[in-house]
Order: sequence, then structure tokens, then C-alpha cells
Amino acid sequence: MAAVTLTNVVKRFGVLEVVHGANIDIADGEFVVFVGPSGCGKSTLLRMVAGLEDISGGEIAIGGKLVNDVEPADRGIAMVFQSYALYPHMTVEQNLSFGLRMNGNPKADTERRVSRAAEILRIDELMQRRPKQLSGGQRQRVAIGRAIVREPQVFLFDEPLSNLDAELRVQMRVEISRLHKELGTTMIYVTHDQTEAMTLADRIVVLKGGNVEQIGAPLDLYDDPANRFVAGFIGSPKMNFLNAKVVGTTNGAATVELVNHDGARLRKPLCEALPAVGAEVVLGVRPEHFREKGEGDCDIAIKADVAEHLGSVSYVYANAGPEELIIEREASRQRASGDHFTVSIKADRSLLFDKAGARIR
Amino acid sequence: MSSLSRSRLGRSILLHLFLTPLALIWLFPLWMMVVFSTMPDNGIFSPGIELLPHDGFLDNFNNLQRDTNFVGAIGISVSVAVTYTVLSVLLTSMAGWALARYEFHGKGIVVAIILGTITLPYAVVLIPQFIMVARDFQLANTWIALIVPPLFNSLGVLFMRQAFSMMPAELFDAARVEGVKEWRIFLFVALPLARPMLAALAIILFLASWNNYLWPLLINSQPGAMTAPVALGTLIGLTKVSWGGIMAGAVMLTLPMLVVFVLLQRHFIAGIAAGAVK
Repeated sequence: MAAVTLTNVVKRFGVLEVVHGANIDIADGEFVVFVGPSGCGKSTLLRMVAGLEDISGGEIAIGGKLVNDVEPADRGIAMVFQSYALYPHMTVEQNLSFGLRMNGNPKADTERRVSRAAEILRIDELMQRRPKQLSGGQRQRVAIGRAIVREPQVFLFDEPLSNLDAELRVQMRVEISRLHKELGTTMIYVTHDQTEAMTLADRIVVLKGGNVEQIGAPLDLYDDPANRFVAGFIGSPKMNFLNAKVVGTTNGAATVELVNHDGARLRKPLCEALPAVGAEVVLGVRPEHFREKGEGDCDIAIKADVAEHLGSVSYVYANAGPEELIIEREASRQRASGDHFTVSIKADRSLLFDKAGARIR
Repeated sequence: MSSLSRSRLGRSILLHLFLTPLALIWLFPLWMMVVFSTMPDNGIFSPGIELLPHDGFLDNFNNLQRDTNFVGAIGISVSVAVTYTVLSVLLTSMAGWALARYEFHGKGIVVAIILGTITLPYAVVLIPQFIMVARDFQLANTWIALIVPPLFNSLGVLFMRQAFSMMPAELFDAARVEGVKEWRIFLFVALPLARPMLAALAIILFLASWNNYLWPLLINSQPGAMTAPVALGTLIGLTKVSWGGIMAGAVMLTLPMLVVFVLLQRHFIAGIAAGAVK
């Protein structure tokens, strides 16, 4: 087990800079998830930790040791790839033991490690099969097994569940979580799926365009996002953003007018510097934080375009001018497309952002 | 029978009606080669076409052996072709691997030069190559002269480069993370995965060496150093051509290739078609 520290890490491909000085401290035994949309640099960052990509600037330390110029094999890491990367011409057993055999590891120790990994992942019966004879979930187990046999200080996962169907993804998510508890090893996990990030991580690193937007515990990011991007990225369905204008500031609160909702106004208490009157702002409300008419601090009337009833909850999709709203209701099976109804926003369950996307607290 | 099966059967019959005559046209010269190899020289040019083999193959072969030591020449051909194929497959796949999987300065230029050599007609290379091998290195009438000059095969390099480029990079990254040395990754991961392409390449290279006539004729023209096609060529004299012997030799040169192709055709087709679909 080992801590991982990234200090001002930069990655350039030619003149194009794709990671702009990432600073991340990962504690020993922690499960950290890098999350962000495609092209945000999360996989590049992971590959730099693995040593599969050169570092253009900054430092990476694993277990307190600078590893910038250390070969991947000597970093004490093991990696699980999105495509599983199993050797198709080898059996499961050969896949698991390949690295150890190639490095001249004693036979008895190799066998011990392979059987331990097989036992942990419950793949004992698959040992003589080849990858093409395995299901997606079984292949992913073998890929994880191959990482386990290395007995690494740090596990690296590069979108390992992306190729699985929804049901299997949930199952494997639980397995990976269980594995982390069982092994207690530091794990860095890359995904674009915020649900995976929320459910697996001790801490989440949100990336966008090569920049670290925020680092924090899943619920901290959900409750207290640093900016509009994080607020929109964390949470499913994503947060609603309503265009607004500051129309007054009094007693530590800003009153905003929702420009696409017939001038509906909301008084939002703030603890930092108040925005200027007339400033354009954005009010963020999560789909699950809308209340029934009159239960909040500001009512808005909407027309349902589409209603999705999932059983325990329903999602109502509504367009209000240029804004598309998603409203989650626990008991609104009666809502149908075309319905007109009113929902209410509570000031303490909404967030305010300036035009640039920075949070106004 | 469903209409779908009927239409499939109809298509199959039509296809066979079209392709069978083409196959017969293609096979006819080969069959006549077999027939001629069993006939005496004067019988070959007698009026009328004989379609069935006679019993003179051994006579023709004995004449061939007496005049050219054909068995010895076949031995040289086999040894040269096998050695050349093994070495060339190894070298071209190593070059293809390097060009497909490593980044280095001047890589684009190297690829361009390799591509450029394909456009050079062999006739342009032949004389300088002969002067270099025969005069400068004094290697005429040796196996090295037959094997080494054609070892660098630019088409083979590009073929293997393509084969390795199509393999998922993550496989090799996974091995690197596991601490597997680069040459072992090449040997134990990349090469086994390239088996169909290697088989196709091996057949092509073996054929090229087996059928090569011009270069061996120039560089290894002494008796005892000749390959089988060159030895066969010596039967074409100014005053007499031993057609029966030539045909018997041609049959013996063709048969091994047919056997090799039939044995490896599955790999060959897979290798040629590789990359055609995702």
C-alpha cells in the first residue's frame, strides 16, 4: 500500500497541453475516482501514474518515492484496462501468471498468488478457459485477477466497467468495492460515469479540459459543488440550471428573478460577498429538490413535455424557454405529457452561480 | 423447401455454372503439365492432344536427374527457401513491430524510404546488387548470395506493420505494466497474435524464393550451386530442348507448393483478409 502524490503534473502532446498542472494527494489505502467527460485528461493522468505516458512537467510520487523516470513495472502498480487487455491466445491461468512467469518469479509463489486471486474473484472454475470463452463480467474478473497477482501498492482502473451491460456493471461495481475493503490497497479509478464515481469513491477528483475542478468526498461534491460544471456533472439526473438576474441585495441575501419563469423571484441567503444588482446569474436546482406548489420559497409553472414513470420515482421533462428542466417526483404517476403544473424551489436547496460558472456562496 | 432456401440453392447453382468453366481453364495447363511429364519428347509434339497421363514419368525424371542432378538442386532450393523464409519472416516482423509500436525520430522518413523501395523496378537493383555480391563480397555461387540479398522485403515489413498496428495497444501496455521485457512482449504476445498474418507472409516469401529464377541464374550458375528452377532451365539448350524432363521437373517443383498451400490455406486466407472488416 502507498500514497500517491501528483504535484503540478503537466502533459503535452507536441504543442497541445492536455493536462494543466494537476495537484492531487491520494492517501494510503484510499479509493479515489477521476471523473469527467471524454477528453478531460482523466485517462492520460492515470496513464502517467502508470508510467505508460511520459510526464511533460511536474512530479509523481508513489509511496513517497519520485517515479517520473521509473518504468511502469517498477512503480508497484497494477492496471486494469477498459478493454480487459487479456491475452487471447492464453488460458485464464496463463493470463494470470504471465507477468510473474516472464519475470522469473518462483513457480510455487506464482501458483500461490494465482490461486489466491482466483479464490478472491471466484474464477477457479474458469482457469483453463480462453478469454473468448468467457462472458464480459468473467473477463473483467480475470483482468482484475491479473492485477491482484502482482500484489501492487496501487491499483489503477481505466474505465473497467464501460464495456459491460447495466446489470453487470452494478454487480462488478459492488465486487470492486468489496475488493477494496478486502485488500485495503490504494485504488485510482477512472470513469466518465458519475454514478460509479459516487458509489465507489472515498474521494472524487472532477476533471474538465485538463484541469482539476474539485476534489472531495462524493456527498460533499453533491451538496457543495465548487462550480457549475461540478454541480452539473455530479448527480443523476443532472442539476437544472435556471437563468436569473439579481434584482436586489439585502441583509446577506440576494433576490434573483428567474428570467424564463414570468419574473418569479427567490430570496437566496448568501454567506460571502453579494453579487451586484443587475448581474446575470444561474440558479441550480437538483431534480429531486423541487417541492410541491407552495412548499418552497418560489413557485414556477411548467408544462410537462415528457413524463417517465420508473416505479419508485417519476421524471418529468419540461421546457421553459431555452431551459430544459427535469423534475423528480416520488408520487406523480398521474403526471402525463402536456400537463400544466406548478413546482416550488426552496432557497436552501438551490445553488447560485455567476455567469462564468463560479459558485456564489 | 422454403422460398429462401430455394433462392439460395438457385444462386449456388448459377455461381457454380459460372465458376466451374473458369476453374477448368485455370487447371487445364497444370493438368497438361502433368500429362506431358509422362510422355517422351517426341510424343509431346505429335499431332493431336493427349489428355490422359502415360507411364513415362520415371524415364523423364531419370533423364532430368542425369543431366542436371535435379534432386541435389531441389535440396538447395528447399534449404534456401526454408532458411530465407524463416529469417525474412523474423526480420520483417521485427521491423514491422518497431514501425507499428514505437515512436522514434525519423520514423516517417524510414517508412517513406521503405515505401519508396517498392516503386523501384527489380531490373534497376539487379546489376548493382550483382556487382556488390559477386565482385565486392566474392559471394557468387554460395547460399549466402541466394539468401541474404532478398532478405529485406519491404512489402513484408509494411504487411507486418499493418498487422501489429491493428492489435489493441492495451495488450502490450498490460504486459509492460506487468514488467515483461519488450522482446518478450514481441515474442510471447505479439507474434502469437499475428499467426495468421505470419502464415500468409511465410507462404508468400517461400513461394517467392522457390520460384525465383533471375537472381539465382545470375549469381549461382555453377553446377552444384544451382537452385531447382535454374537447373531446369539448363535443359533448354540451343539445339535440343528436353520438354519431357522439363515437365517432370515442373511437376516436382509445383507439388510441394500445392501441399504447403493446402495445409496453410486457412491461415493464408485469414491473413490476407485480416483488417478487411473490423
